[in-house]
Amino acid sequence: MMVRTTFAGFGGQGVLLMGYVLAHGAMLKGLNVTYLPAYGAEMRGGTANCTVTLSDEEIASPVASQPDILVAMNAPSLERFEPTVKPGGLIFVNASLIEVSPQRSDVSEVRVDAVKLAREVGSDRAANMVMLGALVGKTGMLEVEEAVRGMAEATKGKEKFFDLNKAAIERGAAFICEGR
Amino acid sequence: MPSERMLMRGAHVVGEAAVRAGCRCYFGYPITPQNELPEYLSSRLAEVGGTFIQAESEVASINMVIGASAAGARVMTSSSSPGISLKQEGISYLCGQELPAVIVNMMRGGPGLGNIAPSQADYFQATRGGGHGDYRLPVLAPSGCQELAELTFLAFELADTYRNPVMLVGDGLMGQMMEPVVFPDPIDPKDLPPKDWILDGCKGRPPRAIYSLFLEPPVLYQHNLHLQGKYDRIAAKEVRFEHYQTEGAEVVVVAYGTASRIAKGAVNRLRREGLPVGLFRPITLWPFPKEALRQMAQNGIKIAVFELSLGQLVEDVILTVGARSEIYFHGIPGGPIPTPAEVEDYIRSVMSGDGRVGRRVEV
Amino acid sequence: MSQAAMKRIYSMPESLKDTSNHYCPGCGHSVVHRILAEVLDEMGLRERTIGVAPVGCAVLAYNYFNFDMVEAPHGRALAVATGIKRVQPDKLVLTYQGDGDLAAIGTAETIHAANRGEKISTVFINNAIYGMTGGQMAPTTIEGLWSTTTPGGRDLDRDGYPIDISRMLAVCPRTVYIERCAITSPKNIRRAKRAIRKSFEIQMKGLGFSLVEILSPCPTNWKMSPKEAWMWIEKVLERTYPLGVIKDLTESGDGG
Ligand SMILES: Cc1ncc(C[n+]2csc(CCOP(=O)(O)OP(=O)(O)O)c2C)c(N)n1
Ligand code: SF4
Repeated sequence: MMVRTTFAGFGGQGVLLMGYVLAHGAMLKGLNVTYLPAYGAEMRGGTANCTVTLSDEEIASPVASQPDILVAMNAPSLERFEPTVKPGGLIFVNASLIEVSPQRSDVSEVRVDAVKLAREVGSDRAANMVMLGALVGKTGMLEVEEAVRGMAEATKGKEKFFDLNKAAIERGAAFICEGR
Repeated sequence: MPSERMLMRGAHVVGEAAVRAGCRCYFGYPITPQNELPEYLSSRLAEVGGTFIQAESEVASINMVIGASAAGARVMTSSSSPGISLKQEGISYLCGQELPAVIVNMMRGGPGLGNIAPSQADYFQATRGGGHGDYRLPVLAPSGCQELAELTFLAFELADTYRNPVMLVGDGLMGQMMEPVVFPDPIDPKDLPPKDWILDGCKGRPPRAIYSLFLEPPVLYQHNLHLQGKYDRIAAKEVRFEHYQTEGAEVVVVAYGTASRIAKGAVNRLRREGLPVGLFRPITLWPFPKEALRQMAQNGIKIAVFELSLGQLVEDVILTVGARSEIYFHGIPGGPIPTPAEVEDYIRSVMSGDGRVGRRVEV
Repeated sequence: MSQAAMKRIYSMPESLKDTSNHYCPGCGHSVVHRILAEVLDEMGLRERTIGVAPVGCAVLAYNYFNFDMVEAPHGRALAVATGIKRVQPDKLVLTYQGDGDLAAIGTAETIHAANRGEKISTVFINNAIYGMTGGQMAPTTIEGLWSTTTPGGRDLDRDGYPIDISRMLAVCPRTVYIERCAITSPKNIRRAKRAIRKSFEIQMKGLGFSLVEILSPCPTNWKMSPKEAWMWIEKVLERTYPLGVIKDLTESGDGG
C-alpha cells in the first residue's frame, strides 16, 4: 500500500497543516510517511502546497510523479494540480470556493462544502480540518480517531483549538458517511 | 536509550542530532534554505546551556568555529552555498590546524546568488576542497531524515577521531522534508574522551600552540605528508555507500542525496515491470566509494549518473570506472525538481540506447 | 474643466520602471524606491546613475529602478561601488542597502569605503530585522525586539547592543554628510527626500562619502499591521535611533 496526497490552496487556508496532521496521524499509526512542503519560488503569489506519502513499506521518493489524491482548496490549485493526478485518482474539491468540477473524466470528484460545514462546528477557519475529515472518511487511509490523534500531536502548544479541530475532522468524516 | 519515533523537518533533525551528539556550540549566519537549523538551535542550545551565536557573517562564524574547536568543544556551523563559499578559507585552516568541526551545507542553486531551490552544484567545492592547499575532508550525503540524524552523529565522531573538519551536504528539499526519526542515544559532552591537544591553559604542562604556518619547506613537506597519511586512512576506512537492487541489474543509476531518493522511486517503478535496474548511492562523497563501484562496473553494466548539477558527480564516476562500463549522464541544474517518472524515462533511454534523455559520456 | 487646467498630481517617475514590485504591503522599500527615483528625475541624473543592489529584500531593485544597476554579493555593495566609481568618476554611483547587508556582513566594506572618502552615496534602509531571510536578528535589532534567532527578544548580554553604524561612520574624517530619517509621515518622507538629494549633490560636487539612513517598516517580520509598524518606529525605534543630521561638513567645506 502506498498513497500520495497533494494538498493545495492559498496561504492562510491551513494547507500545510492538513498535510502535517495527516503525516502525524500516519506516523502514530506506525506507517512510513514523508511530508514534503513546497517552498521558495513555489510559494510565490501566496499559494501553498505539500505532498504527503503514506506507505507500509519504505518510501523511496518523497517527490510524487502523480499523486493518487488531490485536495484542492481553491480554484487555481485545482487548475494547476488536476493534470498531475494519477488516472483513477480522487480529487477533493472545496466546493465553498470552487464552482467548477475537474475537467478530466478519468478521476473521481468529492465535493465538500468545507467552509459551510466548518461554520456549523464553530469557525470558518476549520475548513481545512473538515476537508481532512472528509479525506480520511472517504479513503480510510486513517481512522477518524487516528486523524484526531495526529491533529493533537501536530498542534501541540495550540491546545485551545483542539475541540474545534476535532469537531471539524468528525464533521468532515460524517459528511462522507451521511452525504450531508 | 534511543528516542521514540518523531516526525521532524530535516533541518531540525540535524539540530537535534547535533545536540544529542554532544555539540554545545553553534555559530552561523542566516541564509535560506537552512534558516530553520539555526533557528532551532537558538532555543535548543539555550535549554542545554550551550552557546548559540548569530555572527556578523559566515567568515566570522567559521572562525568562531576554529576558536571553539581549539578550545575543545564539539562545534558546528551551517550555511548554504554562497555562505559556504565564504567559509572556505576557514575550512582550509581547520584542515591545516587539524581541528575537528562539523560544517553543514544545504546546497542551493548557483553560481552567484542563484536561487534557493534544491541543487547539488557544490559537489566539486565540497569534495575537491573549495579552499586552498592540499587538503581533504569527509563529505557525508544523507538522503532522508533518519540518515540526517545518523550522519550528523557520525560527522562529529569522524571529526574527533581524525581531528579534521567534516561536511554534511543536503539541500532545501532535505531540510524542509519531514519523516519519522529515531535518534541514537544522547551523548553527554562530559563523557566524551578527553582531547590531549586542546588549549585550556598550560597549568602543569608545557604550552601548546595550534597553527598551520610552517615556513621551512621541509617542515611543511612533512606536515603535508602527515595530513596525507591521515586522508589515506580515512579513504581506506570510512567509505560508505548503499547498493539498492543492483544484484543482476543491467543499468545502475549512480546518484546521492535528494537525487538518489527520486532515482530510487524510478528504480522501483521499473523493477515492478521486471526490468533489471538498480541504484548505487554514495553516502560518503569523499572518500568516494571507488572499490564498490569498480567491482560493479566489472560486470559490464551500464552506469547512469543522475545529479542535480551539470557534470560533477559524473567526474568521480569516470575517474573510477574509466572505460570499463558505458557511462551515461543526466543532470538537472537550477532547481526544477524532477519526478521519479522523469528519471524512469532517463533509465529507459539508457537501456535502449536511444539517446533521448541524457547523453553517453566519452571516456 | 479644460484639459489644460487639469494638473497632474501623480505620475510614475521616469527613474522607476512601470511594473509592480514584490514588497509586502506597508513595506518601506517601495516608498524609498519612489523618492529616490523622484530625486534622480528632478536632478536629471537618471542616465548618469549606476546603482548597486544589495542582497536583502531589495535584491531585485534592478527590476524596479530604471537606470543601470549591478548586483553585489551580500554586504559587498560599497566595494563594488568603489570599483565602479574609480572607473567612471563622472557618474552618480549609489548603493542601496539593508541593515544586515551594510552593518553585519558588510561592515568592513562599509567602514573602509567611507573612510577612503569614496565619492559615493549610500541609501541605508534600517528596518531592524532581516527581512528577506524571514525575521532573524539584525545588527540593528533593538533590545527586546523578537526575532527568530533571539528567543525572548534581543538580549543585550547574550546578543550584544544594536549597532548605530551611522554614528560610527561619522567618526571617519572623510565622511561628509550623514543623516537619519524615517518615512513615517508625509513630512518625514519629504525630509528623507531632501536628504537623498543632498547626498547626490555632494557626490556630484565631488565632496566625498555620504549616507542617508532611513528607518523603514517591515510589518511582515515585526508581525504588525502597517499602521502599527509606523507608530512603532516613532514611539520605539526612534528612541534608539534618533532622527536628524548626524554629520554635515558641507558648510565648512572640508569634506573632500
Ligand atoms: C553570503 C550570504 N550570506 C547570507 C545570505 C542570505 N541573506 C540574504 S538577505 C540577508 C539579510 C537581509 O537583511 P537586510 O540586509 O537587513 O535587508 P532586508 O531584507 O531587511 O531589506 C541574508 C542574511 C546571502 N544571500 N549571502
Ligand atoms: S519582509 Fe519586510 S522588508 Fe521585506 S518586503 Fe516584506 S515588509 Fe519589506
